[in-house]
Amino acid sequence: METMVQGAMTGTQDERKRRLSPINQRRLANFKANRRGLWSLWIFLVLFVLAMGAEFLTNDRPILVSYKGELLVPTFVNYPEEKFGGFLAVTDYRDPFIQEEINANGWMMWPLVRYSYRTVNNEIPVPAPAPPSWMLDKETRCVRYAEGAEDPNCVIGNWNWLGTDDQGRDVLARLVYGFRISVLFGLALTLASSVIGIAAGAVQGYYGGWVDLIFQRFIEIWTAIPTLYLILIVSSVLIPGFWTLFTILLAFSWVALVGVVRAEFLRGRNFEYIAAARALGVSNRTIMWRHLLPNAMVATLTFMPFILNGSISTLTALDFLGFGLPPGSASLGELLAQGKNNLQAPWLGITGFIVISLMLSLLIFIGEAVRDAFDPRKSFA
Amino acid sequence: MNIQANTPLLSVEDLSVAFGQGDKQNLAVKRISFSVNKGETVALVGESGSGKSVSALSVLKLLPYPSASHPSGKVLFNGTDLLHADEKTMRKVRGNEISMIFQEPMTSLNPLHSVEKQVAEVLKIHQGMSDTKARQRVLELLTQVGIRDPETRLNSYPHQLSGGQRQRVMIAMTLANEPDLLIADEPTTALDVTVQAQILKLLKELQAARGMAMLFITHDLGIVRKFADRVCVMTGGEIVEQGPVAEIFDNPQHPYTRHLLAAEPKGMPPVQNDSRPVVVQADDLKVWFSIKRGFLRKTVDHVKAVDGIDIKVRKGQTLGIVGESGSGKTTLGLAILRMISSTGRISFNGADIQENSWKEMRPLRRDMQIVFQDPFGALSPRMSVSDIVGEGLLVHFPDLSAEERDRKVARALEEVGLDASTRFRYPHEFSGGQRQRISIARAMVLEPKFVMLDEPTSALDMSVQAQVVDLLRDLQRKHDLAYLFISHDLKVVRALANEVVVMRNGKVVESGVSDEIFDRPRTAYTKALMAAAFNLETAPEGVVSE
Repeated sequence: METMVQGAMTGTQDERKRRLSPINQRRLANFKANRRGLWSLWIFLVLFVLAMGAEFLTNDRPILVSYKGELLVPTFVNYPEEKFGGFLAVTDYRDPFIQEEINANGWMMWPLVRYSYRTVNNEIPVPAPAPPSWMLDKETRCVRYAEGAEDPNCVIGNWNWLGTDDQGRDVLARLVYGFRISVLFGLALTLASSVIGIAAGAVQGYYGGWVDLIFQRFIEIWTAIPTLYLILIVSSVLIPGFWTLFTILLAFSWVALVGVVRAEFLRGRNFEYIAAARALGVSNRTIMWRHLLPNAMVATLTFMPFILNGSISTLTALDFLGFGLPPGSASLGELLAQGKNNLQAPWLGITGFIVISLMLSLLIFIGEAVRDAFDPRKSFA
Repeated sequence: MNIQANTPLLSVEDLSVAFGQGDKQNLAVKRISFSVNKGETVALVGESGSGKSVSALSVLKLLPYPSASHPSGKVLFNGTDLLHADEKTMRKVRGNEISMIFQEPMTSLNPLHSVEKQVAEVLKIHQGMSDTKARQRVLELLTQVGIRDPETRLNSYPHQLSGGQRQRVMIAMTLANEPDLLIADEPTTALDVTVQAQILKLLKELQAARGMAMLFITHDLGIVRKFADRVCVMTGGEIVEQGPVAEIFDNPQHPYTRHLLAAEPKGMPPVQNDSRPVVVQADDLKVWFSIKRGFLRKTVDHVKAVDGIDIKVRKGQTLGIVGESGSGKTTLGLAILRMISSTGRISFNGADIQENSWKEMRPLRRDMQIVFQDPFGALSPRMSVSDIVGEGLLVHFPDLSAEERDRKVARALEEVGLDASTRFRYPHEFSGGQRQRISIARAMVLEPKFVMLDEPTSALDMSVQAQVVDLLRDLQRKHDLAYLFISHDLKVVRALANEVVVMRNGKVVESGVSDEIFDRPRTAYTKALMAAAFNLETAPEGVVSE
């Protein structure tokens, strides 16, 4: 028995660094075994990466312009229109005059879709909201362009694949930018509230006693405040922006993890290896960080996807009610609101619904797979 | 094989147990055969992981199916094959014809059911007794298992009973339906020695009175010798030797049996020498936990866990502290190390440390170390062995470079008899004995002057125990360490300690040079403790707790 493990394998420093601990290997294998979760993760990652590069995907500026031998990147640099012989402070690359000028002296490379989230399409053939371009024939589609069906701008890049909203803005472009801001907001809020929640839970669980008692009562009172009403009140005073909303929501969302982490620390602080660490003279902070936190991480990771989803839907809800991001920003909630106000244009509501439900489902599937991967009882089944 | 003329009550033939599914099958029991005759006691003996409990559980089909399976074998009970019987048949057999006692009396009783309800349940299920009839029978059974004032105990809940009383209730439950066969899975392992002796005596009497057969699973050879008629020695899932107890003990054939029989803690403790300097001294040490009542939380009474104890530990010497569970041994040790608050004087190397703050204690932690009882709980499962052992170095020698630290860790591991190349693995990859060595290495790497050993061998198998005892003694000699050795296992204490303090209810019952106490105990309590530990004999009523 004693010699069972000895000498069977020799480890080196390098090997240790590369090697995932066996427990994590098992978890990874468990996660991969859940095909739905794995596929969801891949689909989500692809969508996320695409949305992160939204400016290269759908934008009202070309990705690359060659003008009089000079290579320009309008995505990153604001060139004044003077450069191309115009008079505006910011170049409108969609202007046929500018396009002609550039094409005469070089070339330009457009993104797949030539609209940004706030670009108003002035050439829509019917009153906004306009239906998706593929629902119209070429003649109708190009009716507002100067040269009709022969106009060089009546091309596939200028299609409104998912139609326009009631202000003539391209729905697909708004969707991509809206997806990005929703996911980023959700991730940032989840991360921040997890950090605060874990720290608070750790301190309460580890020290116990009065610290715990006072903190617990405070949290009980704090969670009794109706968050949504508070946001409504605050947003009538302040102009709600990304960070204002973030701060207000963070003030309430950090409590979600406190209970779980506190329980794990309360349980963990009586373990013998904690006593052993104390007997070694290890400081409290190190004990919490090195010995107790890893135990609490499983519970935390399990919760995180659901907090992420909660954050995203809160933002969507606020946008839907009109108390969210400032007017004009790309947001899924606003798209839903438009869909509700324009029932004659079903592409608005349907698009919003499909994208939001897809995003939330993907995240939940991923979360489910992560939770199962961390479930110790599942690993032997 | 021991084939009797009449057919045996239980006969296990060619039984295998496998765990896991698909291609990851793990054979825990390999083709074992044994039999139990009517009225006979058969002991299955082996170290942890030998498959003895799994074998016993498969008799009643209590394994976690379908992750467990039986690739081969038959379990014939009174001629019926239980292994292939359906659930309905099994339910009739379980608790009725075959009963089982489990190891842990703390968890095998439902904490929300009163004693009456627990015991009556079996009667109602298998015999369909009415409430009043069942109550009478429960009283009868409780009297038989030696519970005093059974009437008042009927409405007690498990937490109101002591460990021994709980195990008695468990036994009452198993006897309720007059089973033909009783399977006892380490029924006394979790109990104190004195209580163990009482429970064993009770089982023996009950068996004699009812002509019941017993399958007794244990790792304790002392119990087997005293208690069983026949013995099957198991290791690695196989029965390597079986036969009458006297034969096996006097003339063991298989090398493993010989190894097991030889594995008693041996060797001599350090020689008593009062001229050595005192490393740790405590005078009139008290640890009282207050009991608070009422709205203002006024302290109405105290639980006196440690109540006025004086001890001295000298350089290179070992002070053993013995006593039953709840006697305050561990509390005393923790108080001396200032891990819990206490009153009284504690001095370390002549300096008073009782008033030191936690911060002032930190530099001293290097010189005062602990090795804990549970080799599984004392190592953080998420840290590699190298990190575990090196953690103390990080605190006390922050200037060491990574290589120097690594070298020290490797040396410490080699000193406790582990392969230093295993230091990047995680604790779960090691056996219990190896883990305990890692715990010892963690303490020793700091080169302490004083080590508190809190039951370091209790959770280990017999043969591993002996090795760890040898290791501890070697380390002490090499580094001239002062040990405070806490244990309820008197055999181990005898092998390690040159001075002994016997504790009971927070007070010292008897103290002195170890040979004196072991050979000529003065108080009745110490005498009872010795008799129970070395001969499994019970003491007259009132001397020890039950």
